[in-house]
Amino acid sequence: MSTLPESGRKAGRSEYGVALLLLALGAWAIFDALRLSDLASRGPVSARTVPIVVGVLLIVMAVLLTVDLARGGRGEQEGGEDVDLSHGSDWATIGLLVASFVANALLIERLGWPVSGAVLFFGTTFALGSRHLIRNAIVSIVLSVSTWYLFNLALGIPLPVGILKGIL
Amino acid sequence: MDAIGSLIDGFATAITPVNLLYAFLGVLLGTAIGVLPGIGPAMTIALLLPLTYSLGPTQAFIMFAGIYYGGMYGGSTTSILLNTPGESASVVTAIEGNLMAKRGRGAAALATSAIGSFIAGTIGTLGLALLAPVIVRLAVQMGAPDYFAVMVLAFIAVTTVLGSSKIRGLASLGIGLLIGTIGIDPTSGQQRLTLGLPELADGIDVVVLAVGLFAVGEALWVAAHLRRSPIEIINVSNVRMTGDDWRRSWKPWLRGTVIGFPFGAVPAGGAEIPTFLSYATEKKLATHDEFGRGAIEGVAGPEATNNASAAGGLVPLLTLGIPTTATAAVMLGAFQGYGIQPGPRLLDTQPTLVWGLIASLFIGNTILLALNLPMATLWAKLLRIPRPYLYAGILFFASIGAYAANTSTFDLWLLLVIGALGFFMRRFGLPVVPAIIGIILGPVAEEQMRRALQISNGDLGGLYNTWFSKIVYLCILLLLVVPPIVRAVRSRRAGPPQPDVAEEAAPHPHANVEGL
Repeated sequence: MSTLPESGRKAGRSEYGVALLLLALGAWAIFDALRLSDLASRGPVSARTVPIVVGVLLIVMAVLLTVDLARGGRGEQEGGEDVDLSHGSDWATIGLLVASFVANALLIERLGWPVSGAVLFFGTTFALGSRHLIRNAIVSIVLSVSTWYLFNLALGIPLPVGILKGIL
Repeated sequence: MDAIGSLIDGFATAITPVNLLYAFLGVLLGTAIGVLPGIGPAMTIALLLPLTYSLGPTQAFIMFAGIYYGGMYGGSTTSILLNTPGESASVVTAIEGNLMAKRGRGAAALATSAIGSFIAGTIGTLGLALLAPVIVRLAVQMGAPDYFAVMVLAFIAVTTVLGSSKIRGLASLGIGLLIGTIGIDPTSGQQRLTLGLPELADGIDVVVLAVGLFAVGEALWVAAHLRRSPIEIINVSNVRMTGDDWRRSWKPWLRGTVIGFPFGAVPAGGAEIPTFLSYATEKKLATHDEFGRGAIEGVAGPEATNNASAAGGLVPLLTLGIPTTATAAVMLGAFQGYGIQPGPRLLDTQPTLVWGLIASLFIGNTILLALNLPMATLWAKLLRIPRPYLYAGILFFASIGAYAANTSTFDLWLLLVIGALGFFMRRFGLPVVPAIIGIILGPVAEEQMRRALQISNGDLGGLYNTWFSKIVYLCILLLLVVPPIVRAVRSRRAGPPQPDVAEEAAPHPHANVEGL
């Protein structure tokens, strides 16, 4: 897509990372399989077989992908309704999103879903560029409290109540 | 016919007030979520799975029936009004549909899509009801080698037919098979690829996988590339068709149904090729020279095809336990979550559930039509939801779903890891569908393979010692040879499609249908 050879080459280089990942996953599958004992099996197929075959498949694909990339092949980035591929990945947004997500995972059992869910929603709307802070805060709290009620009362799935125990 | 009798029993199950309510809720939620930009039918089902945790399997699947068709219809609304479809099955609809919308004929496009979906869905579901018992009668004679062969066919089909790069498709399949292997091996009881984590011993929950790959992966990917400029949304009001629209639509609807159903029903399907075939057929047969400027036939045909192929896709899912699309794979995962393994014995062991599900597909389809003609204007308004809220909402509900699956924080961390994987797959052009099929179908395929080899006492010939498995392997060979033709068709999609496209692609479906 890119007309700039510099950015094209740069994008290509990061694609070698995919080949590396496939190689690592394949090696993991094979090493993990080799430590399995195969007492129960009969014939050539045991608990090891599938992981080893998958490991080999992944390694072969890593090699073929490297060849494809060296020949100038490029992975086709996925488009979509809201996707604008004319600029690169916005890592600041991703970082904030992941931070909100991690905050939820850390807080959900300590403070409860009504708090951690609100933090998650507020954090993600902020990360995605919405600056209506008060409106977002209200929406976040309404959403997390109402989903807590929906899951606990209507669906019978206990989401943690945390510090709001006794209030909700 | 026993199918008709069973179907009537199915309706008796489905037409209780409570079950009708679940069907209605399914259609409503499925359409509302599916119409949101960036949310395809597979993600819709994955996100709505947690709502069914507390339901019994019959109610849950009645609701899924509604979500299935609702999510699909929602996706076409999005592609007609926005012209940048998020899922491959709607790509073709978007071509003429959006041109129609731009010319002020959006209402007619939505109407022909809704009515075409209804007709194709109804005929397709009838096909499912009639075909399923027949396939089951054949399938009970299928042995382990036959199943394994069909599963290999499904793997090869999703990796070679979909997507533009076979290497990336196979890499994605490999990643899926690897993830599917995580957990305790059911045959030997040994832990594989669990890193010693007790939470991984049972494998990764299907909700975490589906929501992670589809919802979190998609939300992160879109967030990284969020369109800053407002996108153009076309207003519609008063969804209806003129007499001329009817005259021009009914044949494409029926032709689309005929093209779509077989493609969905063979375990090598997907909706991408049949929708394109339908488009090419309609373009060739068109008497109005309107293609390229918004021809109603170009919406009616592919939309009917899409729905008929979705109904057809339930045939291998219910009778063989083999999913051919991401949506079907998520449904299969949901079945497994209830401890139900779809396959030839399902119709005998769970007739209430299966026929209730099929009857609900008819009901859901009818509700969909009744709901969509008057409510299309409202759905169109959903497209204006502020993007920060939309993607924040996806992450929010994905987190609830993953946590609620086992009420465990571990699953939230896992969700983040799978989401990151989904992000990088989108970034580097690794298709997601082979991965999800590999995850869900991989363990079943392994079991069949090991069973086949146990029967043959370890002789590898045990994998292809039946006539059926030999035929399937022949089909796989064909599938590997024919794709160059498909690619030729595909590359024309970018340029102005040629009238002879349908003829070139025609040998392909026959090669598949006859072989199976």
